[in-house]
Amino acid sequence: MTTDVHQLDDGAWISVNDSREVNVSDLWLLARSDFCGCETTDFLAEGFVDTGVDYPNIEARIAGRCIACGTEGVTDWLTVGRVIDPESGEFHGVEHSSVHIPAKYRRLDDSEE
Amino acid sequence: MGIPTMPTKVENWKDEVYGNEIREHLMNFAEEGWDAIPDDEHDAWFERFKWWGLYHQRSGQESYFMMRIGTPNGVIEPGQLEVIAEVADEYARGPAENPEFGDAYCDWTTRQSIQLHWIKIEDVPEIFEKLESVGLSTQQACGDSWRNIVGCPVAGKDKHEHIDAWPVAEDLHETFKGDDDYANLPRKWKVSVTGCDEGCGQGDINDLAYEPAEKEIDGETKLGFNVRIGGGLSRKEPRLARDIDVWVPPEKAADIGHGMSALFREYGDREDRFNARIKFLMDEWGPEKMRDVLQEEFVDFELPTAGEDMRDQYTYNAGGNEHGDHVGVHEQPDGNYYVGLDVLVGRMGVDDVYELAELADEYGSGEVRLTQRQNIIVTDVDSDRLDAFLDEPLLEDYSPDPHPFMRGSIACTGTEFCSLSIVETKNRQVRYARWLKDNVELPAGVEDFHIHLSGCTASCAQPQIADISLRGMKTRKDGEPVEAFDIGLGGGLGENPQFADWVEMRVAADEVPGYIENLLDAFKAEREGDETFREFVADRSEEELQALADPEETSYDDPYLGNTKMTWYPYVEDSDMQSSPAPTDANDEPLPSDD
Repeated sequence: MTTDVHQLDDGAWISVNDSREVNVSDLWLLARSDFCGCETTDFLAEGFVDTGVDYPNIEARIAGRCIACGTEGVTDWLTVGRVIDPESGEFHGVEHSSVHIPAKYRRLDDSEE
Repeated sequence: MGIPTMPTKVENWKDEVYGNEIREHLMNFAEEGWDAIPDDEHDAWFERFKWWGLYHQRSGQESYFMMRIGTPNGVIEPGQLEVIAEVADEYARGPAENPEFGDAYCDWTTRQSIQLHWIKIEDVPEIFEKLESVGLSTQQACGDSWRNIVGCPVAGKDKHEHIDAWPVAEDLHETFKGDDDYANLPRKWKVSVTGCDEGCGQGDINDLAYEPAEKEIDGETKLGFNVRIGGGLSRKEPRLARDIDVWVPPEKAADIGHGMSALFREYGDREDRFNARIKFLMDEWGPEKMRDVLQEEFVDFELPTAGEDMRDQYTYNAGGNEHGDHVGVHEQPDGNYYVGLDVLVGRMGVDDVYELAELADEYGSGEVRLTQRQNIIVTDVDSDRLDAFLDEPLLEDYSPDPHPFMRGSIACTGTEFCSLSIVETKNRQVRYARWLKDNVELPAGVEDFHIHLSGCTASCAQPQIADISLRGMKTRKDGEPVEAFDIGLGGGLGENPQFADWVEMRVAADEVPGYIENLLDAFKAEREGDETFREFVADRSEEELQALADPEETSYDDPYLGNTKMTWYPYVEDSDMQSSPAPTDANDEPLPSDD
């Protein structure tokens, strides 16, 4: 089955196959990002702006702020979890407090649109 | 293919089923129970249910809904409040209790509506029947259409009134509720109608605002409304509604409503929900084009140019002490009184709601009204029974003469129930207000002081128009993440509305009361004469404001400092997300997991 991903309620959360999987208000550690000048960005997720699938990764661009330096903005593409088996559609979220590396570009995907 | 997947999805769902027809589906699901909603259609149906006032609660509370009842202009007619209490009592009890408010309560909102929580879909038919038996409805209380119409809460009962705006608001409500032509707009459509010269309809922060104005027509001065478009506070993109140079007489107000909401329907951005509100179309077009398109395509009469407004008389939330709210005892033109009662953060326990309904019936006409400051007004109190009413014990808790920190506090729903919020709000604001009342003295003569606390950038508590604005954030304290606030200063309405300046960022929640104490000490020390707080802020640069005060820990204790969003409900002992009973059946019993 096709993996269906979208943000809802003004970007409050990400739905993967009609299940609420990733929420705002978590802190994400971002490395090698040009989001701000901090070596590691201590990023508060305030709203999901875009979502997509780069199989098996579920990706998102997130609006928020580095709580160390105060820089506001939208991240590049971040992997927020994976759907390894599209048939079951089961979502495995990443540990948001681990270090993440945003990607500038995302490969074209086959997510439902 | 490779492009953001979301923007058109909601529009697709709306194309399939939306508006009035959702009700039939809702009733079928209610009859069959929560499990009848197909798993792969949850998102679509929850988006649609909003149109009928049902909003799925946040993660960890699956199968429970917030229900919003839209009461135009905040008017709750005789007999309705008791039914609202009955519905809250019978259907709005969840699996856990709130330590400040108990296990059943009503929320009065900043858009003069009512919100109940922990509603089960199985109960919806009975609730609708009860509400509709007294003329109440949840229709279009949420979703992409005409929302609850706001205005001066004492319209028709106010000595400052030039036009009785209540029949106009009522007519707009009746015209646009359920009208299929306007049922599916690109986004929400918020309307304000004001007939008084004090500005308490808060038109400046609405999509469409009718504001009182005089116009010379055929040599005769007539009263009507100037029209403003494109206000709103959400998403760090606050806008004040802009004057489109149009005046309408009251009898043509609905024509402008038709024209403007049709314009929005046709030209609003359906490709990107973040860009859909009409404030963004106003950014793009400007007021002149907005007027031209309205004239050419959406009305069939010549639009008169704007009349002479009354904005120079606006005192509501204008920074001074003249008219910060509707709390207190006020004489109506008919010799009766309206008594505005302070409801701290807008939440009232169900037993108190029952009692208030009885008191309103006993001392007044039975009518009460909700304000945009989350308070409640008992109208039509007989002059000879006023003192007896004021002696009622209930008014000790809901005072018509509260301390400024109690009367000035507004808070949104927060992480208790809301998906978008970053922090706990209502219980915290209750604790802030009590601590400030007990520990901080306001400068002499300051009777009104507004502190608005919003859990996120959606701005449901209208933080940008307060003396002190608190917006949910996070920070680290001793390396650990804690709930925090960005703090803004000096916002308000009046003739020249002003959004708050965000001055102090990422202040840990337990250091906010200390910051406010230090700030007010500085205000007292540096204030010139009877300078208002808003003037004091306006006279200073951002750097000067930042130098005024620092956050500080005090005797204030904050039990919600950790990540309340990680809990299934923040106030229970076993709050771990995995311990949530949700989703549950109609009797709050956990449903078996699919796994």
